[in-house]
Amino acid sequence: MNFILLFEQALNGLQFGVMLFLMAAGLTLVFGIMNLVNLAHGSLYMVGAYLTVAAVQWTGSYPLGVLLGLLGTLVVGMLVEVVALRTLYERDHLDQVLATFGLMLFFNELIAILWGRAALYTSLPAYLQGFIEIIPGSIYPVYRALVIGVGLVVGAVLWYVVAKTRLGMLIRAGASNRTMVAALGINIRMLYTVVFGFGAALAGLAGLMAGPIYAVQPGMGELILIQVLVVIVIGGIGSVRGALVGALIVGMVDTLGRAFLKPLLAHFISPPAAEAAGPALASMLIYLLMAVVLAVRPAGLFPAKSS
Amino acid sequence: MASAILEARELRKSFGALAATDGVSLELREGETHAIIGPNGAGKTTLISQLAGNLRPDSGQIRFAGEDVTHLSAPARAHKGFARSFQITSIYRDFSALDNVALAVQAHAGHSFRFWKAAHEERMLRDPARAMLEEVGLGARADVRAANLAHGEQRQLEVAMALATRPRLLLLDEPVAGMGLEESQRMVQFLRGLKGKRTIILVEHDMDAVFTLADRVSVLVYGRILASGTPAEMRANPEVRRAYLGEEA
Amino acid sequence: MRARTLILGACVLLLLAAPPLATWIGQPYYIELLRRVMIFAIAAVSLNLILGYGGLVSFGHAAYLGVGGYSVGILAFYGIHNGWLQWAVAILASALVAFAIGAISVRTRGIYFIMITLAFTQMLYYLGISVEEYGGDDGMRLKVKSQFSGLVDLADPVTFYYLVLVLLLGCMYVVHRVVHSRFGMVIRAAKSNEARSRAIGFSPYPYQLAAFVIAGSMCGLAGALLANHTAYIAPAFMDWTRSGEIMFMVILGGMATAPGPALGAFALLVVEDLLAGWTQHWQVIVGPLLVLCVLFFKRGLAGLLPGGKDG
Repeated sequence: MNFILLFEQALNGLQFGVMLFLMAAGLTLVFGIMNLVNLAHGSLYMVGAYLTVAAVQWTGSYPLGVLLGLLGTLVVGMLVEVVALRTLYERDHLDQVLATFGLMLFFNELIAILWGRAALYTSLPAYLQGFIEIIPGSIYPVYRALVIGVGLVVGAVLWYVVAKTRLGMLIRAGASNRTMVAALGINIRMLYTVVFGFGAALAGLAGLMAGPIYAVQPGMGELILIQVLVVIVIGGIGSVRGALVGALIVGMVDTLGRAFLKPLLAHFISPPAAEAAGPALASMLIYLLMAVVLAVRPAGLFPAKSS
Repeated sequence: MASAILEARELRKSFGALAATDGVSLELREGETHAIIGPNGAGKTTLISQLAGNLRPDSGQIRFAGEDVTHLSAPARAHKGFARSFQITSIYRDFSALDNVALAVQAHAGHSFRFWKAAHEERMLRDPARAMLEEVGLGARADVRAANLAHGEQRQLEVAMALATRPRLLLLDEPVAGMGLEESQRMVQFLRGLKGKRTIILVEHDMDAVFTLADRVSVLVYGRILASGTPAEMRANPEVRRAYLGEEA
Repeated sequence: MRARTLILGACVLLLLAAPPLATWIGQPYYIELLRRVMIFAIAAVSLNLILGYGGLVSFGHAAYLGVGGYSVGILAFYGIHNGWLQWAVAILASALVAFAIGAISVRTRGIYFIMITLAFTQMLYYLGISVEEYGGDDGMRLKVKSQFSGLVDLADPVTFYYLVLVLLLGCMYVVHRVVHSRFGMVIRAAKSNEARSRAIGFSPYPYQLAAFVIAGSMCGLAGALLANHTAYIAPAFMDWTRSGEIMFMVILGGMATAPGPALGAFALLVVEDLLAGWTQHWQVIVGPLLVLCVLFFKRGLAGLLPGGKDG
């Protein structure tokens, strides 16, 4: 097996994992703190991608477009929280699942109405289109390397905020005892809106970064959402650390599996069989992984909440 | 001679840094009614939960009729003869009182992988259930939806369900909690009728109930048994008085 | 209670009379529409068993539509058109898949259960897409319908319609009996109060798993019917958004009621059909409708019928 190829695929796996982490972190925070399961999280990812494409086209500048796209997603996220999600905090998970499912359908169609169903082309500025040499002999797209970098930085910032700042403390306190925090005079509603907006921004960031790599089209959120759910289940619901570990594992397993399972199988079974079974198994790999993890640890690797 | 039917040895259970159960050992003779009392936060419900199988102790052993049951789940213990009532009423709110008790009977009437015959029509389930409701005084309320019963009636239903499983050991967690004077007195008289026929562990705050019903009393404070003995002995014990009444004992 | 029976009886009579009525007014399309509604009603009835009565929020129920449909499709692909065999395989395969997924999922609770059932369904969906042999993403056509050697001819729309109607009523009756049996009582008790169930001696897991398998098998039958109805099977049958639709039918119709799922299927699909005729962007309306329904209309359509709960 070609080491260079393995290295490149490992980097791709890391890049995918980092994006999964951005999505998973938002989703798991919202679940851990507000006890809300939000299937429309994928829609925020999609909104991030679309708003950024539009903003870049409108302003003609990539960095400015990214900034506007992020802010826009943040605003949309907070609006959705205030208008639609507030009533769901007290409801049971079934209600939340169905209601956010409805939101998801709405957003998909809204985007289709505004931008059509065809995939959008996202253009990258010239300075992001090149390649860099990470190890001698292997070149890697600059953009993907940037995605990895951004993701790791955000992860570090997130850890810092949650573990070391006053806001993070409020967030963690709000998770364990809402009423008490409210009694101390902290505006819980505002806190929730901020947390949700923050999670939306993370999703939007993932979405806008995904634009140039994957397709920007209605329904793009759902594709990644399922994988994000697998990440959260593996990592442990409510745990940011679990989201990171889970995301990296899932990102690696999925990417490496898709790249190498078929040739690997061809060593053991006949090539035509490997041709058929390879892709099928590769697509099922992360779900099988989830099943194995659950068999051993029913609450995931790093469960945060006990109830 | 009555033998020890329930033994708990050095039970420990911690939640993080809090030791809710800190080395509790108990021995109950068959047919004994044993009350566990103690100030709030002493760990009474945690102890009952471990005895019933809802909570796994961190260490220690529980033996029932000579058998080690420490690792048996709650349903498994129920089939060994354990029955429990909960401190916060835990019944099937959307079912009628009769359905509630019939379910308890059903749990001990063979397997339930029967898919066709209506459970409502099984006299084998309905008759004992109805009889049990009569015994606890809810006969007239059999068809009322459990959620619509008065609080005291719901507590009676809890006891009925526990008894319907024909248990050898009854674990009652504050059976008269939240009941008015008359209701609690009726419940106490009813429980008195069970004395000797079954082994009962009773967690209670109501001292009248404790003194009427208990053969022996254990005082639980901060997860430890402070003292054990007859109700009269406990009343006279200075340490017990201090635990309950503070410095003025 | 009588008014409720009358209303529901009238509904059944309407369904019985629909084909001749539709033919009479020259709109055979309604036969197709109602047949589709009834097939999804069977799927909803099966989901109601575990979701409505059992409290198991399975977001992966559409998987069994796929398993059932593909059983028929794949057998037909290899020239096996015997309906009895195809449908038996559809039901058995669904039972096996339900057992496998359920064995792992039912051990989990709450949000984990929802997410896991969702993830497993998607796994099957991706499996369907990646197997090129059977059409991959585009799916495969069913050129010959399931053959029942002279007993019924599924190629005749009206005969097929009545078969589906009979099966729907049959499934509703089966669920009715199961729900009131000892088994059903345990399932409902576990939903109502799990701690209490364990305390009296019930271990919910085997019963919930069995219910999961029963529901999956019944939905597999619906899948076989759907494949014959559309003459086409695709991975899209198993998409999780389809699962969401079925769940919504159960909720909209009224959970843990006998007529609920059928009412829900009818309401949702007819509304979708009407809206789709009006605009291709009907989902932008249905989406918020779902949200409003969840927020304000929990008792569902069956709750509007006289006679209260549980028919």
